[in-house]
Amino acid sequence: MSLSIGDHVPAFSLPAAAGGLDGLGGNTPAVVVFTCNHCPYALAWHDRILDVARDVDVPVLLVNPNDGERYPRDSFEAMQQRVEADGGWPAPYLRDEDQSVARAYGAKTTPDVFVVARDGTLAYRGAPDADSQDPSQGAAWLRGALEAVLEGRPAQPAETEPVGCSVKWKA
Amino acid sequence: MRVEFLYWDGCPSHPQALRELRAAMSELGIDPEAVAVREVDSDDAAGAERFTGSPTIRVDGADVQEPGDEPTGLTCRVYHLRDGRISPIPDPEDLRDALRLALTEQEHE
Repeated sequence: MSLSIGDHVPAFSLPAAAGGLDGLGGNTPAVVVFTCNHCPYALAWHDRILDVARDVDVPVLLVNPNDGERYPRDSFEAMQQRVEADGGWPAPYLRDEDQSVARAYGAKTTPDVFVVARDGTLAYRGAPDADSQDPSQGAAWLRGALEAVLEGRPAQPAETEPVGCSVKWKA
Repeated sequence: MRVEFLYWDGCPSHPQALRELRAAMSELGIDPEAVAVREVDSDDAAGAERFTGSPTIRVDGADVQEPGDEPTGLTCRVYHLRDGRISPIPDPEDLRDALRLALTEQEHE
């Protein structure tokens, strides 16, 4: 199952690497990014996504759904170590241990970006920008979608192909 | 010279990496079709091939960027470019250096 543009996005609450629980409830607009520790695409886009979290007054939620047993670098402990080593992040890094959130959203890759409009519907889904290898892209598709939802208009583009490592589903 | 290109189809980086490898081979006068391309499609095969991620490129058995203690498995491989950026494919200059080294060793044999 995968969400379509205009669908209501599921609420969720997940453990955060920095402690406590965080997630998506009535706090829209918001950005949900499925990401992880071990994928070069997720790592290459990471700073650009954190820059968005610093620049906008909108919740940005980073969700790691990967199987931490087969991919120990994506375990909750490894997530905690990464955030701690960086001295904290401007966005919560959440553990989707049973992968239910990733399944509900139909996440395909890390990263996979979902921008949620003020009314709780999906406004944008796809890659942060056109090229993981070009930092000057600056997460332009994500930023453009956020600007659109803050101004109450449709995102253009509303959908792009997510690019990255496949979500590592549990067997 | 033995050039091996190992990939996992679940990672989207291999077509570009193979193009860049073949371009580097052509540039240095090596037949770009001489590369042995092999798909790795199971955890067992990844272990047997010492495959730490896709793509893995070896020239005469030497990895173009030594993976250190990276575990083997079906995943995308993390490369570090010479300017410090993280990338799903190796730095083209690393490819050229590995090929040049093999050519030099070949000349001295």
